[in-house]
Amino acid sequence: MSARGRTLFDKVWTAHEVVPETADTPAVLYIDLHLIHEVTSPQAFSVLKSLDLRVRRPDRTLATMDHSTPTLTEQVFGKIPIKVDAAAKQVRQLESNAAEFGVELFDMRDARRGIVHVISPELGCTQPGMTIVCGDSHTSTHGAFGALAFGIGTTEVGHVFATQCLLQRKPKTFAVNVEGRLRPGVTAKDLILHIIGRIGVSGGTGYVLEYRGSTIRATSMDERMTICNMSIEAGARAGMIAPDETTFQYLSGKPRAPQGAEWDAAVARWRALTTDPGASFDASVDIDASTLEPMITYGTNPGMVMPLGGAIPQVSGDAVYDKALGYMGFHGGDVMLGKPVDVVFIGSCTNGRLEDLQAAASILKGRKVAAGVKLLIVPGSQQVKREAESLGLAQIFKDAGADWRESGCSMCLGMNGDTVGAGQYSVSTSNRNFEGRQGVGARTLLVSPLTAAASAVQGRIADPRELL
Amino acid sequence: MEPLRRVRSRTVVIASTNIDTDQIIPARFLTTTTKDGLGKQLFADWRYLAGGAPNPAFILNRPEAAGCRVLVAGRNFGCGSSREHAPWALLDYGIRAVISTEIADIFKSNALKNGLLPITVGDATARWLFENPGAEVDIDLAAARLTLPNGAATTFPIEAFARHCLLHGIDELGYLRSKLDLIEGYEAARRW
Repeated sequence: MSARGRTLFDKVWTAHEVVPETADTPAVLYIDLHLIHEVTSPQAFSVLKSLDLRVRRPDRTLATMDHSTPTLTEQVFGKIPIKVDAAAKQVRQLESNAAEFGVELFDMRDARRGIVHVISPELGCTQPGMTIVCGDSHTSTHGAFGALAFGIGTTEVGHVFATQCLLQRKPKTFAVNVEGRLRPGVTAKDLILHIIGRIGVSGGTGYVLEYRGSTIRATSMDERMTICNMSIEAGARAGMIAPDETTFQYLSGKPRAPQGAEWDAAVARWRALTTDPGASFDASVDIDASTLEPMITYGTNPGMVMPLGGAIPQVSGDAVYDKALGYMGFHGGDVMLGKPVDVVFIGSCTNGRLEDLQAAASILKGRKVAAGVKLLIVPGSQQVKREAESLGLAQIFKDAGADWRESGCSMCLGMNGDTVGAGQYSVSTSNRNFEGRQGVGARTLLVSPLTAAASAVQGRIADPRELL
Repeated sequence: MEPLRRVRSRTVVIASTNIDTDQIIPARFLTTTTKDGLGKQLFADWRYLAGGAPNPAFILNRPEAAGCRVLVAGRNFGCGSSREHAPWALLDYGIRAVISTEIADIFKSNALKNGLLPITVGDATARWLFENPGAEVDIDLAAARLTLPNGAATTFPIEAFARHCLLHGIDELGYLRSKLDLIEGYEAARRW
């Protein structure tokens, strides 16, 4: 602890130390909220069974199904079975594990189901100052509320089941200072892609990022979640944003947020969750948001990113770079605008919330998806779906020729059969452009919902500012 | 868990940087509900051709890779998702240690919990290993020392408690459960 003041991270970490770390042993860190889903929990439940243990705090555990679930309405609500047999087995196994261990589950037909990182905030489960874990690297999303939230492996899922704690070494802190106003057509997604490009895909390894500055303070909660979501793409375990009036307003009245006198007490406590003036960070970077352009990736990791209107960097003598461009079918010096598009995906825990769909609708309203382009729009949760339908967004999407689906992770990682074909170009609002991520041989270009919608309309990579 | 003290093996080298967990094991294989048998899907999209036949150009399909238990990889190995299926697939295939100049946080944590050694080395050692694929290396976990066949030795950082658990075959969950009285005390004392 610094005598000059403490960081937000330090405050949350210290409040959850059951046992502080020593040279020989990691800290025993208490976990307030454990989110689970069908893909990374089965083996952890098997460990409990083999040791004859219970889930110690089912009241701090919440289960949903999202990764391998279908998005076609007739598969979710009708009689048509899940396309992937193994996925159907995973879903059934989560149902039986949740029942056996007394864990609350939002099952396939539950109105509260959705992507784990979308539903927990919208229900008010995610709250400032909490420690939150899930067997999913994009757990960093919840840091948008000033929570310390990070992804864990399945062995650690078992540790939390059995003890509600994890063995953890204290990470270092990294200040990401962002000042200036984003220009029209430039979004939180463009900002985080720019930040990843600046610090690199492993620049955050060993650190917890804190996003700070006037630009961050001006963002909505949906935008903050987009930013914190991709902290892991810079290698960081977690990203955090100090809670403020925007946070409290978002949480106020949410079903599982504190109510009445408890709410007042909670807000009073949450107001202290800021980095003290004079607290020091182990690393920092300064970002000028006022000069940013919409961004797009051109390679096979999220750090291979450039302004939408630019040309692919020319690098010589780097076999890995050449391999990445070869996979994408691109060459150094290529201009990105105007390149052909086969599939557009709008959704995921990065950009599957209501504001993301509103942004997409602002472009798609009164326009049509270009011939030969498939536009898949997958809401992040069933609640987002209902809101988008009641606001008329879904009708705009359907009128434009988009495919409007039930919620889930869907084409972000293609586990459920929603995949991009080999060699096809996918302009996607998701978080990873790794080789094969969206399907074997699929070529992914990461962008904002605005750029995705504009590209769907034009049938080529397009600048949304021309259509705003 | 079996105690793990030493790994001695020839190396197999995949020099690419930023090898993510989607390459180590693609998401479509994560529909399993067990840890077993994932080795055949290790690096599936690099290892097999479209029809399922082995890709003869990929290093793991070449005769010199047979029996290698140490993988040498480019910087930032294991980045991406938290899937523990990645170390499970490497272990099931037969890999016991991964050497790189940088290894992603979650992968490293998952690897240590399964007895797969994540070993970070400096640029000079990495360069030597890239230039000498198939070199017989000796990893001594107690000493946290990597010895190359030319006799050069280097120590590597490894979290003290994870090393202790690996050396003695201790399950971390057992240790955590030994703290349950403290955990209950913490819960009782907290006012929010």
